[in-house]
Amino acid sequence: MSTDNGSIASETHGSGVADGEFVDPGVPAAHRPRRADVDPKAARKAEVQVAAMFGVSILGTVLAIYGYVTSDASGDDLAAVQRTTMLMGIGICLAMLGVGVGAIHWAKTLMRDHDMVEERHALRSSDEARAGAIEKLKDGATDSGVGVGRRGLLKGSVLAALLIAPLSVLVPAVGNLGGDWNVSNFKHTMWRKGTRLTKDPDGTPIKASDVTIGSVFHVIPEGLNELEHGKIEEKAKAVVLLVRLDPRDLNIQPGREDWSFDGIIAYSKICTHVGCPVALYEQQTHHLLCPCHQSTFDVANGAKVIFGPAKRPLPQLPIMVDDEGYIVAKDDFNEPIGPSFWERLK
Amino acid sequence: MTTPPTGTVSASPSTSRLNRAAGGTANYLDERTSIGAFTKFMARKIFPDHWSFMLGEIALYSFVVLLLSGVILTAFFVPSMDIVHYEGGLEQLKGQEMSKAFESTVHMSFEVPGGLLMRQIHHWAALIFTASIVTHMARIFFTGAFRKPRELNWLVGFTLMIMSLAAGFTGYSLPDDVLSGNGLRIIDGVIKSIPLIGEYISYGLFGGEFPGEVLIPRMFTAHILLIPGIILALVALHLFLVFLHKHTQYPGPGRTDKNVVGLPLFPVYTAKAGGFFFVVFGVIALLGAVFQINPVWNYGPYDPSPVSAGTQPDWYMLFIDGGLRIMPGLFEVVIGGYTLSLNVLIPAVVLPGLFFGFLALYPWIEAWATGDRGEKHVLDRPRNAPVRTGLGVALITFYVVLVLEGSNDIVANLFRLSINDLTIMFRFAVFLLPIAAFWITKRIAMGLQRKDHELVLHGAETGRIVRFESGEYIEVHEPLTDEERWVLVSYENLKPHEFGVETNDFGVRRKGARWRRFKTAWSRFYFEDRVEPVTPAELAEAHEHHAAEVEAKKNAEPRDHGASHA
Repeated sequence: MSTDNGSIASETHGSGVADGEFVDPGVPAAHRPRRADVDPKAARKAEVQVAAMFGVSILGTVLAIYGYVTSDASGDDLAAVQRTTMLMGIGICLAMLGVGVGAIHWAKTLMRDHDMVEERHALRSSDEARAGAIEKLKDGATDSGVGVGRRGLLKGSVLAALLIAPLSVLVPAVGNLGGDWNVSNFKHTMWRKGTRLTKDPDGTPIKASDVTIGSVFHVIPEGLNELEHGKIEEKAKAVVLLVRLDPRDLNIQPGREDWSFDGIIAYSKICTHVGCPVALYEQQTHHLLCPCHQSTFDVANGAKVIFGPAKRPLPQLPIMVDDEGYIVAKDDFNEPIGPSFWERLK
Repeated sequence: MTTPPTGTVSASPSTSRLNRAAGGTANYLDERTSIGAFTKFMARKIFPDHWSFMLGEIALYSFVVLLLSGVILTAFFVPSMDIVHYEGGLEQLKGQEMSKAFESTVHMSFEVPGGLLMRQIHHWAALIFTASIVTHMARIFFTGAFRKPRELNWLVGFTLMIMSLAAGFTGYSLPDDVLSGNGLRIIDGVIKSIPLIGEYISYGLFGGEFPGEVLIPRMFTAHILLIPGIILALVALHLFLVFLHKHTQYPGPGRTDKNVVGLPLFPVYTAKAGGFFFVVFGVIALLGAVFQINPVWNYGPYDPSPVSAGTQPDWYMLFIDGGLRIMPGLFEVVIGGYTLSLNVLIPAVVLPGLFFGFLALYPWIEAWATGDRGEKHVLDRPRNAPVRTGLGVALITFYVVLVLEGSNDIVANLFRLSINDLTIMFRFAVFLLPIAAFWITKRIAMGLQRKDHELVLHGAETGRIVRFESGEYIEVHEPLTDEERWVLVSYENLKPHEFGVETNDFGVRRKGARWRRFKTAWSRFYFEDRVEPVTPAELAEAHEHHAAEVEAKKNAEPRDHGASHA
């Protein structure tokens, strides 16, 4: 059929080109008819389908209300709650989908679908309108007495007043947000000399003899649970992880020789990156992992960072054993716990 | 659209009564609101038809679902951080300390019929809201719909996207469970990394130290009043501008920058778009019914001590979490005794700032290169803007790498990889993959343009093989119709733009020469490599070439070729 190739030339030379450019052939006049356009039977079928969808919607509403009426909301039966959720949800789904699918099917099969054209107009106002607008503004400025170069005092003062007026509301509003604004609170926890290390959450004190090698304790300070005020804020700063290593594995940091006791060592549980609890302890490697961003700290080595986005080691809580054999703090942490902030070292 | 009764049509009494009532109501309203003129303007307004135009509709409709389900939730939620002991029906929480916010969330889930469904519908709708906004934005980006005169509406849409993230995050944090509480603590850590004022922002936000007693009520006000109020106002402005500008349209025969071709608002889009609201609602209801989401009673109330592995924020916050995970810690520095936590500041503040800043300003960034000042109402096919498409895919790639890093524990677990190796790999990938993605996408786009070029010159392959008498086989190519060809040749052929000369007539350097030099280079980056659209002259030449070939064969073998069908 080589003529197919040959015939292209004669076809294209004739149409679609003017002044060496292709010409927009325009919106096609011919409209491809849908089945419902030409076949009354198909149109009737589409109509029935649309009506059926609306019928499904009505059934869905009934189902949703049935689900509600027969629900069991005693609060302890998970299966009953799931049944209600399922029945009502599917009911609402059908009630909505029926209307939606019906309407769209109607639009796609039965509504006229011939392309129509609407002209656009440039958004720019006409020159005349612009000139008119400027004229009006000039008139207004003249009426107010503050034309170009006049009444500078008025203009300056009204502008200054308007700019400053919001402060009358904003300063007290923002000022109240932070309460006492005592940001130095960030630097201290409730650990004091002699505060017993107790188990989280019940608060039973821990004896050194209870801590076997390889074990790990989640620790809160004694007295935390009895706090009337600010309990959760104190807990957010004071939580500690207590582990016991074989003393031979423990590489005690210079200056901290008496901060641990026979391989028992305590670190702040709050990550020095952005403050998640560093709760995952790997017994074999002595690594502490923060599950939020995977900062990894080496417990045997001053809790230094060995991987991840944290920079600083976890602060160490100096501990000792009191007369009754319980583990107690020697002091508060010697640095702020948790994430870094601008005045951390000040 | 009531038909006035005429002599020949005998309307039944009920119909005419209905007509009279409708007419009366219309008259009453019109005399007070000019609704007649408005209806005349609106009713037959033309909208072009394309599936990608419904992405924004999904965003709008899921927002309506959010408002409806949210109003129901506020009837049962108690925005308070007061501590209570749980005394509800759920065995696993018996006697636990929790905030009233958490208690009321559990209560509405288990003791209010349909309450859990509403919570799940609300949460799913929120995920779909943010996802559809981002997808809609991608559609606008890749088709160039942000160009003049729509730059300002792009900014409105951008702000809506940011607001949707704020709405999502504040809502996610309200139940005061362990997961959202740890999320808030991460935000607190990020805020504290801001130099100079970080500590004070944190203290002001939480009304003291984290977590304080005021955050949930404050976020509640933001979540149900401030943010939705802003979103509603911006949605109104967004839609107003859509009507003012009239909708963009894809290229095609008869589609120009001076018209809009499509179907009328009434009845077609009333039914299609109106119906689509119900479809979106229905699908979200189905998700809420079938797929459990955020089962806070399994996580437990917020307590600063516990945390579990494999916890992810909602998808739209993942890229920030990924940034936090990927950054090595060594960037934290101390300058003059002050701590500058660049390991947090860069991924969580600077990077999102640059990313969103680039997106917000993109219409102007591209306009530097084009130097074009005209109104654009016909969309680009993405292949016809290879550099823009490449940049878009590079941005998405960058985002996806961060999202994957934000789920690195899950990815590592799934593929049995070392989580540390994975993070190190992503540290390289986050720089290299976007560059590769840009280059590959640009090449693919230009390849597609060349394919279009071929198609115009030689027609579409038909799959019909023909043998000549000489034994040679050829495949018959069907010529394109004028309409098909127009889509492929009508794109704008933008060339690198020279932004003015360096010196004036006296050889003195003009002001702003550096800026113009940058713009010229930027323009070259965009348009240096390009595939020119076929001209009629090229097409004619291609056909003469074919015709000559065919002629030559005819002369050589003067027999009927039609008989040699393969």
